[in-house]
Amino acid sequence: MPSGHMDVSVNQGWLRRTQEGDALVLTAGGRWLVEQSAALDVMVRDVAPEKGRPVRLDLAGIEAMDTAGAWLIYRLLRTLGELGCRAETVGARPEFAALIEQASVNDNPCEIAPPSGNALMRMIARIGDSTLMVFSEARSFLGFFGLVLITLARGLRHPSRLRLTPIVFHVEQVGLNALPIVALLSFLIGVVLAYQGADQLRRFGAEVFVVNLIAVSTLREIGILLTAIIVAGRSGSAFTAQIGSMNVNEEVDAMRTLGMDPIEVLVLPRLMALIISLPLLGFVADMMGLFGGGLMAWLALGIAPDLFIERLNDAVSVSSFWTGIIKAPFFALLIALVGCHEGFQVKGSAESVGQMTTRSVVESIFLVLIADALFSIFFAVIGI
Amino acid sequence: MSERIEPVLQAAPAPADDAIIRVRGVKTQFGTQVIHDNLDLDVRRGEVLGVVGGSGTGKSVLLRTIIGLIRPRTGTVEVFGKNLTAMDANERRRYEQRWGVLFQDGALFSSLTVAQNIQVPLREYTDMPQHLMDEIAAMKISMVGLAPEAGAKFPSELSGGMRKRAGLARSLALDPEILFLDEPTAGLDPIGAAAFDQLIRRLQQALGLTVFMVTHDLDSLHAICDRIAVLAEKRVLIAGSMSEMLQQDHPWIREYFHGPRARAATATNA
Repeated sequence: MPSGHMDVSVNQGWLRRTQEGDALVLTAGGRWLVEQSAALDVMVRDVAPEKGRPVRLDLAGIEAMDTAGAWLIYRLLRTLGELGCRAETVGARPEFAALIEQASVNDNPCEIAPPSGNALMRMIARIGDSTLMVFSEARSFLGFFGLVLITLARGLRHPSRLRLTPIVFHVEQVGLNALPIVALLSFLIGVVLAYQGADQLRRFGAEVFVVNLIAVSTLREIGILLTAIIVAGRSGSAFTAQIGSMNVNEEVDAMRTLGMDPIEVLVLPRLMALIISLPLLGFVADMMGLFGGGLMAWLALGIAPDLFIERLNDAVSVSSFWTGIIKAPFFALLIALVGCHEGFQVKGSAESVGQMTTRSVVESIFLVLIADALFSIFFAVIGI
Repeated sequence: MSERIEPVLQAAPAPADDAIIRVRGVKTQFGTQVIHDNLDLDVRRGEVLGVVGGSGTGKSVLLRTIIGLIRPRTGTVEVFGKNLTAMDANERRRYEQRWGVLFQDGALFSSLTVAQNIQVPLREYTDMPQHLMDEIAAMKISMVGLAPEAGAKFPSELSGGMRKRAGLARSLALDPEILFLDEPTAGLDPIGAAAFDQLIRRLQQALGLTVFMVTHDLDSLHAICDRIAVLAEKRVLIAGSMSEMLQQDHPWIREYFHGPRARAATATNA
């Protein structure tokens, strides 16, 4: 009574069930390899003899076997054993028998991934973890800030310890090289601002006030804020990635063993370079924003350059310019501190460098915007 | 020293069809720097071949050339009797799953656990159900001598030796015919290195593997290599057994196999 006759195409492995008196005879043949294991797995699972029935497993037909195939045969034998069937294996080639033996020796089930608990608990745990992380992150950031201030104070007392060459190098990296993109973007923002502003002001017949709009918003807010955001994305991330890779490479540890202070060597030059560069970039952004706005006002609204200058003179004073630019060093401080701090937080792997770089950009932009809001409140209170 | 040193092993040359890897006239070059020039090498089915050579002689480059990560300027690399240098990427993939590679530090994917790392090739090349992949991964983890707890750990939580074992388990996931090892015992303590040697030998015998091993470790050469190939002067200077190496007159080979460290290794393995 042959039953359970399964796929017998040449390239496949197969398992057949027949009866022989009281005993169940399982005949395996073909290729028992990893490529066929999905199909073989189904066949092996389908074998479900009654408890305690004697079974003969004939492996003589097997042409090729690897550890995956051997595992399936071994698991079949194990299942038969669990069912109390007396199993007898015949016809296996010695090398296949050795593989099956390997599989049986190595039957040590293991966890595939760390236990994760149920979804709700996981979510609550994640919220808790993130909350705690915000606090520990803030603490560690404050600590880092203090460390940098101390090192900076020491550096100012002994100016020879401030390294000029790396400062100049970083000024080129974060300042000079960022010039084209900052100039272009602020010019475009100026253009957009003039165009959109004029569209709204025209309804009141007050197109000419577009000059006030451009001047005040560019000088007080947009010029410097836009620059800070570009620099955070461009240089803050670079700081994190540079210091992070050095950390992974144990370069930072090597530095310490050579008696060099990583804060002094890595952080101070970047910090100083950014504090020097950001106001200069902010100035360029202001000028390009006004230029873009002025150009648009002239082309689209017919406000001639001399009229634009005259209105500009009325609308803003030098103090408007300074209220914008005074924020630049503070933004620079935040961006450099966050960028370097996250760099030192990198642990072990390339993945960590990526994570920290992302976090660095998000955090520095967030902090820049918070600081900007605080400045606005401060200026409002003191009445500038 | 422009003349080629003939290998001593002329008495029993391998039958031509016995070579599972056949490298002929390979030249590799980075920019103007020539690494290999007219390099020939045979690896026979079922043997453990150790590749030695001074730093910068291109041992790892040779390994990478054979597995196709580096294209030779000229020459051919035949594996399983097929010229891989002439194949397109799709065709190559079919052969690539017939070998496993263990990189120096394991090269485990850091975002996956050890067991998940082992399942990557299974997932990529087979349609196994998850439960079977879990079973196979557990078996491989046990085969390379890792404790079951290691399965759910991430590579960053493992020691160097454990990472190598995990890398070995991943390279064995698809039951390859050839195993390429890049300095498998580098960075392990002597006990760990000896255990790793034995592990490779045991697996090689149990699974019938051919092993191509780049190494610096004289103990490994003594303990598990059937043949040794010496890279120098931009080619394989000689390939043969340890006893043949000991008879060579080439200065570098003499120094390598007769130096103080070599004598110590010979003494312990004698």
